[in-house]
Amino acid sequence: MSIRVATLDFARPELTIGDKVWSLNWGLILLLLAIASFGFAALYSAAGGSFQPWAGKQMIRFGISLGLMIAVSLVHIRIWMKLAYVVYGIAFVLLVAVEVRGMIGMGAQRWIDLGIIQLQPSELMKVAAVLVLARYFHALTIEEIGRPLRLVYPALLVLLPAAMVMKQPDLGTAMMLVLCGGILFFMAGVRLWKFGLVIAFVGAGLPLLWRHMRDYQRNRILTFLNPENDPLGAGYHILQSKIALGSGGLFGKGFLQGTQSHLNFLPEKQTDFIFTMMTEEIGLIGGLCVLALYTLVFVYGFAIAFRCRNHFGRLLGLGITVNFFLYVFINTGMVMGLLPVVGVPLPLISYGGTAMLTVMFGFGLLMSVYIHRDVRIGRFGDSDG
Amino acid sequence: MIPKKDNERSKLLTRRALLVGGGQAVALTALAGRMYYLQVVESDRYKVLADENRINLRLIAPPRGRIVDRFGTALAVNRQNYRVVLVAEQAGDIPTTLDALGQIIALSDSDRRRVMRDIRRKHPFVPVVVRANLSWDEVARVEVNNLELPGVTIEEGMTRFYPYGETASHILGYVAAVSEKELTGDPLLELPDFRIGKNGVEKFHDLKLRGKAGTSQIEVNAFGRVVREIRREEGKSGQEIVLTLDMALQEFAYRRCLAEQSASCVLLDAPTGEVLALVSSPGYDPSAFSNGLTAQLWRELTTNPRGPLNNKAISGAYAPGSTFKPMVALAALEAGIVPTARVSCPGHFELGNTSFHCWKKGGHGSVDMRDALKKSCDVYFYEMGRRLGIDRIAAVAKRFGLGHKLDFDVPGERPGLIPTRDWKLGATGIAWQHGETISASIGQSYVLATPLQLATMAARLVTGRAVEPRITRERGLMTGTGNFDKDAPEFSSLNLPPKDLKLVLEGMTAVVNEPGGTAYGARITDPAMAMGGKSGTSQVRRISQAEREHGLRKIKDVPWKERDHALFISFAPVSNPRYVCAAVVEHGGESAGGGSAVAAPICRDVLREAQKRDPARRIPPAGEYVAELPSEKKTG
Repeated sequence: MSIRVATLDFARPELTIGDKVWSLNWGLILLLLAIASFGFAALYSAAGGSFQPWAGKQMIRFGISLGLMIAVSLVHIRIWMKLAYVVYGIAFVLLVAVEVRGMIGMGAQRWIDLGIIQLQPSELMKVAAVLVLARYFHALTIEEIGRPLRLVYPALLVLLPAAMVMKQPDLGTAMMLVLCGGILFFMAGVRLWKFGLVIAFVGAGLPLLWRHMRDYQRNRILTFLNPENDPLGAGYHILQSKIALGSGGLFGKGFLQGTQSHLNFLPEKQTDFIFTMMTEEIGLIGGLCVLALYTLVFVYGFAIAFRCRNHFGRLLGLGITVNFFLYVFINTGMVMGLLPVVGVPLPLISYGGTAMLTVMFGFGLLMSVYIHRDVRIGRFGDSDG
Repeated sequence: MIPKKDNERSKLLTRRALLVGGGQAVALTALAGRMYYLQVVESDRYKVLADENRINLRLIAPPRGRIVDRFGTALAVNRQNYRVVLVAEQAGDIPTTLDALGQIIALSDSDRRRVMRDIRRKHPFVPVVVRANLSWDEVARVEVNNLELPGVTIEEGMTRFYPYGETASHILGYVAAVSEKELTGDPLLELPDFRIGKNGVEKFHDLKLRGKAGTSQIEVNAFGRVVREIRREEGKSGQEIVLTLDMALQEFAYRRCLAEQSASCVLLDAPTGEVLALVSSPGYDPSAFSNGLTAQLWRELTTNPRGPLNNKAISGAYAPGSTFKPMVALAALEAGIVPTARVSCPGHFELGNTSFHCWKKGGHGSVDMRDALKKSCDVYFYEMGRRLGIDRIAAVAKRFGLGHKLDFDVPGERPGLIPTRDWKLGATGIAWQHGETISASIGQSYVLATPLQLATMAARLVTGRAVEPRITRERGLMTGTGNFDKDAPEFSSLNLPPKDLKLVLEGMTAVVNEPGGTAYGARITDPAMAMGGKSGTSQVRRISQAEREHGLRKIKDVPWKERDHALFISFAPVSNPRYVCAAVVEHGGESAGGGSAVAAPICRDVLREAQKRDPARRIPPAGEYVAELPSEKKTG
């Protein structure tokens, strides 16, 4: 696909920068700020009441990410559509680079050191995949969606990076990619029986795969399915997480008063298990407040998507929102013992640069959808409809 | 057209997006429900688990009870023990810190290697012992240089210390680290620094001495680091054990026994059965066990032929030899034999075609019972044995505490042996031989007794009561003035005619105080303190016929291990006996009559000192404590 940058029409005064800034979705920004603030407080507490080493850094990251988000949102939706494959391509190349580096013996790494931040290509891939799928399905008519061959290409766009992430091994991210992709396929209109067929195929293939696996691989999967098998590893994490969460009770132990996390019984308290450490301190009430804030973001996302008049924007908005939802659901479900322990951070709250950056990049796209909600985009990216 | 198609497509999208949204709502509800379940329904359970996670109950070892003698002299105490410890995470560069510490106190290379190894193995906040048992001077130097020694602190601990060293080692025993087998589930025993009694009184009264552990509830983090103490409950220190010993007499007796290579001595207060001194020499320093014995010291102690670890006073079983003769005499009197009846001693005694020899080659001539005791005439007692039979002798001996354990309150007591016909048939399957009665009646053949049993026998002889020796003074410290026997235990009578006992005691008095008595050389010249006694020699090897014919070997030609044991039992003062003493010198015999030559002088010195101090009836004034060895060396 060639990118027809030359045809972009900047001169046409659809919206001025000022109009765009004015029509920024301030309510959403406020929501994100509120969620991130919970994160700052949690990180401050995790460090035993100190901005060092996490909360301070996280605030700076959030500030930078906020800037990036606004910048992204001001870029015309059509440009994002054109750039979809570019973004995907960059993410894919980075993913391959990480893989190759691991293979040529520099140790298994999930990230690339860019100096300022350590970029995890797999995180970037989550947004890139949504972008590229939205772009692809935007160009398909409802009949074309009905043709199975038309679905092979987008399926590969999802499964290829998912397989690579799985090999890292980062089961959580791979799972999110496949789930998010699948939901986008579903929303784009792929028939339900096709999902049924795929699921049936995979289900039938599983025993065959199982028989061809080595013992250690089987053990790994068994532990993954039942962490209590491994009480000192994954089982320890989930048990300690449940203890911390449960002992928090209705009102929590109070800010900075969480015993389990401060005494280091709780593992990864500043990253994957931050929700546990928060709810130990702020209790069920506080935890539900955080979940409510997230829910408001999902509602906002859906509202923006529905409000949008172009298919690409709708798909993109829904994809970004679903992706964000999956982050929240998998993380909180995991720390509550509802889902297996896989490394998925709690977006905007967990300490970490890449996740923050990519999530905010996603929200930038979402706002771009909102700002350019009335833009009409033809099936091939042309301006009229 | 396209708009229409688009419309259809977007309707489908909206429908499906709403489905997805519904799914999300369900998922979020599930999350909220799960949170409610964990944080409200199951909350109490998790709160308990959380407390278990962070609160650690730590035991505080109680101070071990002291052991004191009858006057309160401390025999076993806890000594403050200072050790210098290093906390790695505070120490900065560890080799530098160790170098600096090495400038102040002596540190060996092996100390340094051990510290480096421990630091690698343990959490960086766990204190590692650099050196234990610091002197006060070293402690002061470390404290003064505190600033140059980051992470270095002084810790206090307790070690068991025995101020009198080896003097009472066999009575007190020692403490040492708990072995795997001794664990009973009591968490106190699992404390790394905890010591339990392994021998002697320390073992016998271990539970009393131990005390009750205190507890400290501390908050710890996941790595076990102590964050703070929440609650502390002080323990109860162990009970103080009062012994019947008079440490001055014990020390005197021990030093007296050290004049011989391997000896034991028991001094009793006869009416109460209280042990005033109980010595087994050589001894060992029990303090050496408190912090673990070196392998070399352990080897030395276990391979020493003099058996320093062995408490010979209660676990050495010897043929009592002639000290057994009073038993035979009493059995004869009980059987109705007239004490004035005379027996002619030609120097040997014939039974069937076996000849039994008297220790005096030429014989004693005609002797009655009193003479026979005084001169220790073997033939007289051979004849008594022949007339009595072994079972009647055994019955009397058992009433005097021989042949069975005395339930003494120091572990390791041996029962000795008083043979009977039934016993021999049961034990060996062979019938009792008459010749064996003849040997047994001079305390040889199967007869075995411990020094404690011999002393008990003497105490029963002088009191006529079934005196039980005890080393724990249930009555507590000797206090006040006046009647110290007030709360003394009352022993049952042996039901022997007083005139029989009197006659035997008179014979024993003659042994020491009349010329021609076997122990005349060891008499106490002060008539008010005069002792009576009976010597004995315990044959270690058989005297062969060839030796008899060619004359016995000179004592200096016999290897130490093959020499006879010398024994003596005694009481004093003869007028109204209060103290009894038994002494056994292993391989101290110089042919026959050895008991009077080496064992009797020990009894003499100990009894004289006992009467001077009179610990049963007098509390020594302060300053009188230190007992001195008599200037005269052993006689004979």
